[in-house]
Amino acid sequence: MSKNSEYLIERENKQYEVIIGLEVHAQVTSESKLFSQSSTKFGAEPNTQVSLVDAAFPGMLPVINEFCIEQAIKTGIGLKAKINKKSVFDRKNYFYADLPQGYQISQYKYPIVGEGKVILDMPNGQKEIGIERLHLEQDAGKSIHDIDPNNTLVDLNRSGVALMEIVSKPDLRSPDEVNVYIKKLRSIMRYLGTCDGNMQEGSLRADVNVSVRLKGETEFGTRCEIKNVNSIKFMQMAIISEANRQIDLLEEGKDIDQETRLFDTKRNETRSMRSKEDAHDYRYFPDPDLLPLEISQELIEKIKSDIPELPDEKKKRFIDKFNLSPYEATILVSDIETSNFFEEVIKNSDVKLATNWITGELFAVLNEKNLEISQSPVSAKNLSKLINLIKDGTISGKIAKTVFEQMIDGDQDPLIIVKEKGLKQESDPKAIEELINKVIENNSDKVAEYKSGKDKLFGFFVGQAMKESKGKGNPQLINKILKEKLNG
Amino acid sequence: MSDITSQSLFELTSNIKEKKLSSGEITKAFIDRAEKSKKLNVYVTDNFEKAIDQSKKFDSNPNFDLKLPGIPIAVKDLFCTNGVRTTAGSKILNNFIPTYESTVTQNLWSQGAILLGKLNCDEFAMGSSNETSFFGNVQNPVGENLVPGGSSGGSSAAVAANLTPVTIGTDTGGSIRQPASFTGTVGLKPTYGSCSRYGIVAFASSLDQAGPMTKNVRDCSMLLEVISSFDQKDSTSIDYKRNHYSKELSKDIKGKKIGIPKEYRVDNMPDEIEQLWKNGISYAKDCGAEIIDISLPHTNYALPTYYIVAPAEASSNLARYDGVKYGFRSPGQNLIEMYEKTRSEGFGDEVKRRIMIGTYVLSSGYYDAYYLKAQKVRQLIKKDFDDAFSKVDAILTPSTPSSAFKIGEKTNDPVSMYLNDIFTVPINLAGLPGISIPAGKDKNNYPLGLQVIGKPFDEQNILNISYALEDKINFKNDISDWWLSE
Repeated sequence: MSKNSEYLIERENKQYEVIIGLEVHAQVTSESKLFSQSSTKFGAEPNTQVSLVDAAFPGMLPVINEFCIEQAIKTGIGLKAKINKKSVFDRKNYFYADLPQGYQISQYKYPIVGEGKVILDMPNGQKEIGIERLHLEQDAGKSIHDIDPNNTLVDLNRSGVALMEIVSKPDLRSPDEVNVYIKKLRSIMRYLGTCDGNMQEGSLRADVNVSVRLKGETEFGTRCEIKNVNSIKFMQMAIISEANRQIDLLEEGKDIDQETRLFDTKRNETRSMRSKEDAHDYRYFPDPDLLPLEISQELIEKIKSDIPELPDEKKKRFIDKFNLSPYEATILVSDIETSNFFEEVIKNSDVKLATNWITGELFAVLNEKNLEISQSPVSAKNLSKLINLIKDGTISGKIAKTVFEQMIDGDQDPLIIVKEKGLKQESDPKAIEELINKVIENNSDKVAEYKSGKDKLFGFFVGQAMKESKGKGNPQLINKILKEKLNG
Repeated sequence: MSDITSQSLFELTSNIKEKKLSSGEITKAFIDRAEKSKKLNVYVTDNFEKAIDQSKKFDSNPNFDLKLPGIPIAVKDLFCTNGVRTTAGSKILNNFIPTYESTVTQNLWSQGAILLGKLNCDEFAMGSSNETSFFGNVQNPVGENLVPGGSSGGSSAAVAANLTPVTIGTDTGGSIRQPASFTGTVGLKPTYGSCSRYGIVAFASSLDQAGPMTKNVRDCSMLLEVISSFDQKDSTSIDYKRNHYSKELSKDIKGKKIGIPKEYRVDNMPDEIEQLWKNGISYAKDCGAEIIDISLPHTNYALPTYYIVAPAEASSNLARYDGVKYGFRSPGQNLIEMYEKTRSEGFGDEVKRRIMIGTYVLSSGYYDAYYLKAQKVRQLIKKDFDDAFSKVDAILTPSTPSSAFKIGEKTNDPVSMYLNDIFTVPINLAGLPGISIPAGKDKNNYPLGLQVIGKPFDEQNILNISYALEDKINFKNDISDWWLSE
């Protein structure tokens, strides 16, 4: 990365670098929970998706959901990571009202997925972020403190839902990188169908580790962990606030305590949750109810063969095959729905025009209406028809914009709009010649000026001709005939 | 025909199948005797009314193809029974009624058995005398104020006192075999993974196994055949071909190699136990078995290893009893206070002691020194047996280092209580099958047992050896019915 793009926080002639590592908790896309057959559907009535296992009734035993294992392996492959053929489920022991077993089943020493990497496309080039590990664990239930004035209510619908905890190496250096990293991770998992990445529904959350050091230092500073941040915006705010807090302490000559902190979104500051001394002793030990998880090479190979084309590969293909710029390709592959839409459009239409229309007009409309591409008011089919109308000269690019504005309203067929409104481009040379003759007649003084050397008047004549055609004249044809007339 | 309640399972099923007895008659006989046997305190919860109904239902449409046709059976109160209170001998589950059935008990009902009631046991199966139960002591029918052993003390007493034809217990460190030995009955702990743990209140998951407790070896083989099954609901259940234990039961043990481990000759072992063991060896020889001296060098470490591994797992397994979801709750001003009050009032001393030990050995800074080391030693103990079983087919030892003791005698001395399990614990640590059969009596006329240990999944072999020895030993439990009331 070039020097001037570094994210540094300045203090009186000093520059501090921010070191960030993320522990992302991603909900595994699965019909049922990690160790029970209860549904994982979001938004159900409280405590309606709870089995005896989820509620930790006496004598109930966890049975692994093999689909969740496959999803974790798939994600591991997507992160170019090592799949561990043997991993172990451990119990993480602590008491809380929404943790029915009194322990969370997680993976501690032996995770299912080892080291991997994620490539970030930053404005000034690519950056590789190391993945330390990915492990499977159960989610807890939810404690609700604000319904009953005297009691805490517990909803166990989430209890036992499978999560993947994806731990990055401390390779991130700025809030921007965190933004791109989370989006890339989400993109990969959405391509794979292993996590829907829906942050509003809590499918993706992160613990953010932040430390600072003077630029040029090689040792890491003392880090603080900010727990359970549930949007990219809040992660970025928390990082900036926490980094500045740490730098202020260092500037005052004070030490940073290693601790767990919470981000207060209203006050835009982090505050201490518990110090290192108060840290829980989770008393991890292998869960005796579950045998070590053994994964065969055959299963890994089978899953590998099912892996779809991922963003990095797709981007390369788009660049190589369609001659897109890296910037365009990055935008188009960032989300699986977008890339699917793009590929649908270009099945029957021009790639260059499709790229421009999707990243230009369509994105503008989606942004304005706050829609996902899956909710696009214009279908890929109709957009490709519109592009073909431009390409074959039926309408000009300018007219196409008018047509597009109408298409938004109920995904109308552009062919019908063009026909009904009579927007078809005038490409008959005779008709064009006629209207050009008219323009020349009406502007004899300007013609004289042009002929005496005032070349830039050419644009004036094009404008007049276009006006005369009510915008429908084929611009190439107007140009051509005008030149012949004026220069002839 | 002898008195109904003194009949073996084999006799009762034959009599039912030959229509000499009805399920109703049998069920009523056991209930009548139970009504007069309250002094023994074997029942935590009875199911008598429903049992009568079910027996009548059976008689009205009997299915004699079943393995336990209309046979009433009481079970240890550690098995969750659908609609019938299940306490695990603890105040904390005093009001708990499961909506589900354990796999092992379901296997009984599927073969025609009828639930008589739930039998007393040490709290969460932690104890060797049934004295830690919230529901009070159980009297050993062998003699007044004598413990029946534990933790399946209600079960052993019920079988010995003819209050149930057979029963099932659970064995984590000897909880089936030791009470069987104390009451002159037969108890078998199967190979780990043989019987499903689904629906059994967990004590120490890597050690817990359900098993049959019966009057004799044949009944034991019949019951094992019913309760042992592969179960997908228990991830540690093992899918292997199980024998028809009762059909294949045979006294022919000629040429079987039986190992005698020198390390089981512990210090201060009473002479009568030594003598019992010698007798067992000579009976085995009489049956044509070959006796081979073997060594199990890490035996000494078994008890300390067990008392790290079992409490560690228990401390975690019992975390779910927190007053939040079911069972006993003592309200508090906040969550922590509710936890503290619920668990302080809901658990007894022995359970608390083991939770504390378990929490300690898993704590950071101690984990490596205790839990991890114990796991390594456990592997060594297992290897001892693997090595031994390359030379022998089975191992013969005493079941316990003493006979039944007086109620209250060891309650203030946990270590001396723990020593009761010295011969049984290694078998759980190694996951092996072991059976205790009555083999003689001490000077007080209290029963003593011998233990036969087998290779994994080799229950048939230890049943056969026990069957042959039982024949030679010809043990008679003279129980005077001293507790009966009118």
